[in-house]
Amino acid sequence: MTDIPTNEPVLSVRDLHVDFSTRRGALKAIDGISFDIAPGEVLGVVGESGAGKSVTGSAVVGLIEPPGHISGGEIRLAGRRIDNLGAEEMRRVRGKEIGMIFQDPLTSLNPLYRIGDQLTETIRTHLPLSARAARARAIDLLADVGIPAPEQRIDSYPHEFSGGMRQRVVIALALAAEPKLVVADEPTTALDVSVQAQIIALIKKLCAERGTAVMLVTHDMGVIAETADQVAVMYAGRIVEKGPVADIIGRPMHPYARGLMSAIPSLVSDADRLVQIPGSMPRLASLPDGCAFHPRCDRCFDICTTLRPEPEPRGARRVACHLYTHEEMAS
Amino acid sequence: MTPDTPSQNTTKAGFMARLRDHDMTASFLSSKVTVGAAIVTVLLMAGALLAPLLVASDPFDPTTVFIMDSHLPPFWIDGADPRFVLGTDDQGRDLLAAILYGLRVSLSISILGVLFATILGVGLGLVAGYVGGTVDAFIMRVADVQLTFPVILVALLIDGMVHGALKGVGQEDTAFGVLVFSITLSFWVKYARVVRGSTLVERNKDYVHAARLVGLPSFIIMLRHVLPNVLGPVLVILTINFGLAIIAEATLSFLGVGLPPTEPSLGTLIRIGQQFLFSGEWWIVLFPGLTLAALVLAVNLLGDWLRDALNPKLR
Amino acid sequence: MLAFIVRRMIQAAIVLLTVALIAFVMFRFVGDPVNQIVGIETTAADRAEMRETLGLNDPVIIQFGRFVGRMARFDFGMSYQFRQPVSELFAERLPATLELAVISMVLAVGVGIPMGVFSALYRDSLSAKLMQVLSLVGISLPTFLIGILLIYVFSVQLGWLPSYGRGETVTIGGWSTGLLTGSGLLALIMPSVTLGLFQMTLIMRLVRAEMMEVLRTDYIKFAHARGLPDRVVHFGHALKNTLVPVITVVGLELGSVIAFAIITETVFQWPGMGLLFLQAVQNADIPIMAGYLMLIGVLFVIINLAVDLLYAAVDPRIKTTASAG
Repeated sequence: MTDIPTNEPVLSVRDLHVDFSTRRGALKAIDGISFDIAPGEVLGVVGESGAGKSVTGSAVVGLIEPPGHISGGEIRLAGRRIDNLGAEEMRRVRGKEIGMIFQDPLTSLNPLYRIGDQLTETIRTHLPLSARAARARAIDLLADVGIPAPEQRIDSYPHEFSGGMRQRVVIALALAAEPKLVVADEPTTALDVSVQAQIIALIKKLCAERGTAVMLVTHDMGVIAETADQVAVMYAGRIVEKGPVADIIGRPMHPYARGLMSAIPSLVSDADRLVQIPGSMPRLASLPDGCAFHPRCDRCFDICTTLRPEPEPRGARRVACHLYTHEEMAS
Repeated sequence: MTPDTPSQNTTKAGFMARLRDHDMTASFLSSKVTVGAAIVTVLLMAGALLAPLLVASDPFDPTTVFIMDSHLPPFWIDGADPRFVLGTDDQGRDLLAAILYGLRVSLSISILGVLFATILGVGLGLVAGYVGGTVDAFIMRVADVQLTFPVILVALLIDGMVHGALKGVGQEDTAFGVLVFSITLSFWVKYARVVRGSTLVERNKDYVHAARLVGLPSFIIMLRHVLPNVLGPVLVILTINFGLAIIAEATLSFLGVGLPPTEPSLGTLIRIGQQFLFSGEWWIVLFPGLTLAALVLAVNLLGDWLRDALNPKLR
Repeated sequence: MLAFIVRRMIQAAIVLLTVALIAFVMFRFVGDPVNQIVGIETTAADRAEMRETLGLNDPVIIQFGRFVGRMARFDFGMSYQFRQPVSELFAERLPATLELAVISMVLAVGVGIPMGVFSALYRDSLSAKLMQVLSLVGISLPTFLIGILLIYVFSVQLGWLPSYGRGETVTIGGWSTGLLTGSGLLALIMPSVTLGLFQMTLIMRLVRAEMMEVLRTDYIKFAHARGLPDRVVHFGHALKNTLVPVITVVGLELGSVIAFAIITETVFQWPGMGLLFLQAVQNADIPIMAGYLMLIGVLFVIINLAVDLLYAAVDPRIKTTASAG
């Protein structure tokens, strides 16, 4: 892999497949994706709803819901394979080595438990601390995530916090045991626009301080532009383009990535109105032959309808599109 | 959240469309239990309907019943009489015939009661939702208070009140009507709540305002939109209520405030048969009991399936 | 919190007044109270005098006020059948019914909740499916049929348990209890199982459904993502959230159990309120019916109030909305 520094990646995913068994056969939710995240690096995973971003996140933490299951490939955390761990071993990895942040802070916290109780139970599950020490650590964590007066607020119930404050508590919970990796699944989607930037900045700052790697799943290109080091663009269960954030935002290559970028208002300099990608993503049950994007692609040509393009290196990035393989052949 | 969620479509699609949906038929056929329950229900209903054709004589016609035939056991036990497959009771009545005729009575009362309750509940729900204000508040308060009390208690109270009011009139003449009346008044609440909720939603939609503007009777137009929406839930409630009504009728008759021994339902037969349990004549109570249990279980299984099939979220 | 309690009290009072109104209508207009008290041979003049002394010629609203006043003092009038004050009859019968109802409910909760939790956690296991089928049978079998079945097996065939009555009772401070004697406890087994079975299956199905709903929520997924052990997630987080709505149902079902006791008491000739009420219905003994209705109404209202308070104690969200509103 050319885009990865020499030191060992925190997370390494190779040829991952996730299937959902149904009455009508297996649906391929994730169809052979590979990526790495280096220590302290932020990888943004973007795509439309149903592209497989969240399923990828769930696969990494081992929480895919039945009937979904990993049907191939491997996931390594700091070199150790984790996709085939037993339930109990995987539980020890979750929360301890991989923290998770969910989309909706309003529903992520148990309404019947004080936030302090939820923090200390997480801390004491993973770290050998006394109740008193765990509480002290919980207060520190709340202070770190910017909760004012944490000594008092620790005994509040979730409903006594605003959405943004609750998401801060969720971040504190994700970081409670100093994980190597945080998987953040649409962490700002459910929040007010005014709060979104604060939360993103907070995640970025805390992870940078701790050297924690982040897998940031989102459909918001603005968030990616601000936060990510690397970007993976997903479409219909596959990564269509992956590379450094500046490259992909500045000069997207895959027609789908290009469509996504032109949908960001601030980044489109010479267009008066937003460009829409025509059509919608195909259902997993009825994926077209060849490139899954070809029915919506404005640069589609004959081979796209029959042969599926594989990711090929193009400088610092990898692109899965016949457009470029053909260019090469022609030149 | 997801832009391609088809929730709008599923809620708007009428009940008939969902009935045609092949998933529902598939779920029906894939469940052997449901098919079995449907067969049992149909068989019992057919037995009740065709009772006069299936058995030789009316077991409650004193001219055809002979006391010498009393206390005969079912056919596989010594001393049985081949004329009486399931044996006879203390009066010498053929138990099979008594059960079929009893089933007839039980089913008639439950079906009529639930049907009237459905009409009453749907009607009151529509009125409460459409008229609103005091009428709505009154209907729903009554529903709330009634819902606090178990159905069987409400039915008993109504039964007791009617008997108090009609003192002097024989139980034989009024029992059937009183039972239907009790069931109707006990089972309307759930319909009213569901229909009212749906009516409230429809009432504020544009087409209702538009209809009112052009002077059309908006109530009638709205009705056409409300009914298809609530048909599914109403059908589920109807099935569940049918099972409950059968139990309610049987219980009232068992308690001795329902049908008299001269015109027995399944509950009455069990009440009569219970007395012979200690003398070893178990069949007099067992066969009516089994019939009742099979009927209620089959109806409940159908209700369960219907509820799951119409509510994909629960699957 | 105080405002919440006051609001609930007002609601309770309205419900009780409604029940009182129904009882009054029953008492006053269903059948003629005079006819119920006097014999056929009484003269018209005597009847008229009786009407006057009973206050039956006063305006209806005054009669209703008087009726409510008497009800508040637990004066339910004289039973037509027994020629005895209804309140005395109730005092004799109430302990039997309450003991039966409470034991049944303890049984239903004690068995129903664990079974519900189990069948939600292991919903695909054979025993969970078996429980689901059995629970449907339990809901489908009418109470009286279960009672008869039990009597046939355990009294007629095996001869282990008594088929009727309460056995020996001990009276402590006016409360006759069957819980302190061997025969009293034996006599309690079949009636309480019969009465509790329906509630048990109901609670089991409810807990199962609620728990499955809770297990799907984000906070349970997040609890798993935090790496908490399954034991903590299931029996701490999930169970606590499951039980909040279950409390309401259990409370309301306690009321139903007292009403359903009518059936169980008939099957087992259990000398409680239900049997008394049933005799009243059969003989149109209005004072007992009206009194029973009032008593059940009060009981339901108290239970409802207790459930609301308990609910507020368990769920922190209620407290703030209640004190805010």
